[in-house]
Amino acid sequence: MNAPLLSVTDLRTVFDTRAGRVCAVDGVNVEVRRGECLGVVGESGSGKSVTFASVMGLVRSPGRIDGGAIIFDGRDLRTLTPQQMRKVRGRDIAMTMQDALTALNPALTVGEQIGEVLEAHDETLPSSRGARNAAIRERSVEMLSLVGIPSAESRLRQYPHEFSGGMRQRIMIAIALACRPKLLIADEPTTALDVTIQAQVLELITDIRAKLGMSVVLITHDLGVVTEHCDRVMVMYAGQVVEEGPVREVIGSPSHPYTKGLLGSIPRLALRGQKIKPIEGQVPDLIDLPAQCRFYSRCTLRQDVCKSLISMREATPGHSARCVLVGKDRP
Amino acid sequence: MTLAADMPVRPDSIFRQNLRNFGHNRLAVGSAIVVVLFLLMAIFAPLVAPHDPNETDLFRRLQPPGWVEGGEWSYLLGCDGLGRDILSRIIYGTRISIFIGAAVILVATTIGILAGLASGYLRGWVDIVISRLVDILLGFPYLIFAIGLMAMMGPGLFNIILALAYKEWVIPCRVVRGETLVTRELEYVEAARALGASRGHIMLREILPNILSPVIVVATIRMAHVIILEASLSFLGLGVQPPTASWGSMVADGRAFILEAWWVSTFPGLAILLLVLAINVASQGLRDAFDPRFHE
Repeated sequence: MNAPLLSVTDLRTVFDTRAGRVCAVDGVNVEVRRGECLGVVGESGSGKSVTFASVMGLVRSPGRIDGGAIIFDGRDLRTLTPQQMRKVRGRDIAMTMQDALTALNPALTVGEQIGEVLEAHDETLPSSRGARNAAIRERSVEMLSLVGIPSAESRLRQYPHEFSGGMRQRIMIAIALACRPKLLIADEPTTALDVTIQAQVLELITDIRAKLGMSVVLITHDLGVVTEHCDRVMVMYAGQVVEEGPVREVIGSPSHPYTKGLLGSIPRLALRGQKIKPIEGQVPDLIDLPAQCRFYSRCTLRQDVCKSLISMREATPGHSARCVLVGKDRP
Repeated sequence: MTLAADMPVRPDSIFRQNLRNFGHNRLAVGSAIVVVLFLLMAIFAPLVAPHDPNETDLFRRLQPPGWVEGGEWSYLLGCDGLGRDILSRIIYGTRISIFIGAAVILVATTIGILAGLASGYLRGWVDIVISRLVDILLGFPYLIFAIGLMAMMGPGLFNIILALAYKEWVIPCRVVRGETLVTRELEYVEAARALGASRGHIMLREILPNILSPVIVVATIRMAHVIILEASLSFLGLGVQPPTASWGSMVADGRAFILEAWWVSTFPGLAILLLVLAINVASQGLRDAFDPRFHE
């Protein structure tokens, strides 16, 4: 395939706190190809949300991007002015928030909220007031129908509290997709929803991705979701990427002990009666990390070499992990 | 989903629900009606007033109210020291009170909203400058501040509005800043940023509609306050100049005769009391209706 849609190299995002400098994202590389769905997995605080907030330019004080390049569609987003960046957000890259129940403005109707994104970004709209409003209305109805909301025409006049949780998540997706972005970043799109609705929303995202030919980044901590809906997966731990590769390989033959641990801690019917193996220990404090493997304290396979800086090693082409055991004979 | 589709489509904003809650509070609705009556009285003063408010008649000097011996029913509330009809002057005085109250609140709330949004959303040096200015202005006693300004600018309708609005804006400003600080952290504001909304758009379209309820409540409560302040300024002779009727100056006019002609000061005083009380009770009702904690 040709040049990737989004390519992040060596991204560092730090937060200066009173306790010291927290390096929430430390040297992360991300590549999102056109039309693919990348899953980003990791526990809370692993830096997955901050990585993509950095891509969107949404990191707020006391946080800041300390280094790295973010190339989107041939442009370095870090060199853009705030005005140019604002045009990128919503039109080229759209993001849906974790909690659909609070991510819609309670004081505006759904129609107004979709309309405003179109108003802000869509340059193909006619310039005369009447025609413009009609076009916006038509597009809004189209978007709501696309995400499967029945009688969209009349529901445009309703307020968010008149919709159920799943519907609100759909509306949020409709708003995000209103300007046909090239990349959709879905930050835990299903955490606030119950299981049956989760499945519907994920199906919807997969469907629309195929229809519109956009790329999707699915941030989640549910490996099951990744297995079903993503092409490639990236596992993050303590601000670093620890493993990445095609979903089938990473899930089928994980290389990093952390990924193995994650997979081992999922309850499975086949392993009924056996105890679930949790990963022992705690995520290290992200302030003043020693230059060693970040999983060292929790790893069951740790060795003395792990006390040095570890870089990504390729297990098979396209599948790499940040572990000294990769590419060597297993002990 | 089919279930939701069958639901009757009934556009109803939270704001409108709040107004309905207000409707259930009888005392508040009654007070609101009193306020509206005052308002109508102000608008239609020439039709309602039985006499010309500025027409002097020395034969009627200090004529008592209609029901007191020596009074005349056509001069219901009696006459003042220059023989002017007190009822007519109260009716015309309503115009001054309500106009100044409304104008000051309008100007102050507009400035307060803009300053509060800017300080609460933009933070940084904008916040520091505005917040310190608010602190400084709050340090001055209100009335003395207004008296000083009036003394500097000279009396007049426009100057009263200016003198009162000069400090009044800090109150909506503080309310708006506080609400903005909470609202800016909410997910939908972050979502708007993620969709490329500009700062102005976020402040005016995303945040403002959501914090309007407390602003409206504060504006009505403060309007009662401003009416009293205007009356105080007029009482001190710094307000609207004679012969224009203002409740405060009418009370002041009656001071000299308070023992022999109690009605000259009492009726305009009662008018102030009634209007301020009605506005206060109505705004209490608004607050209860707009505060989610009072909803069942």
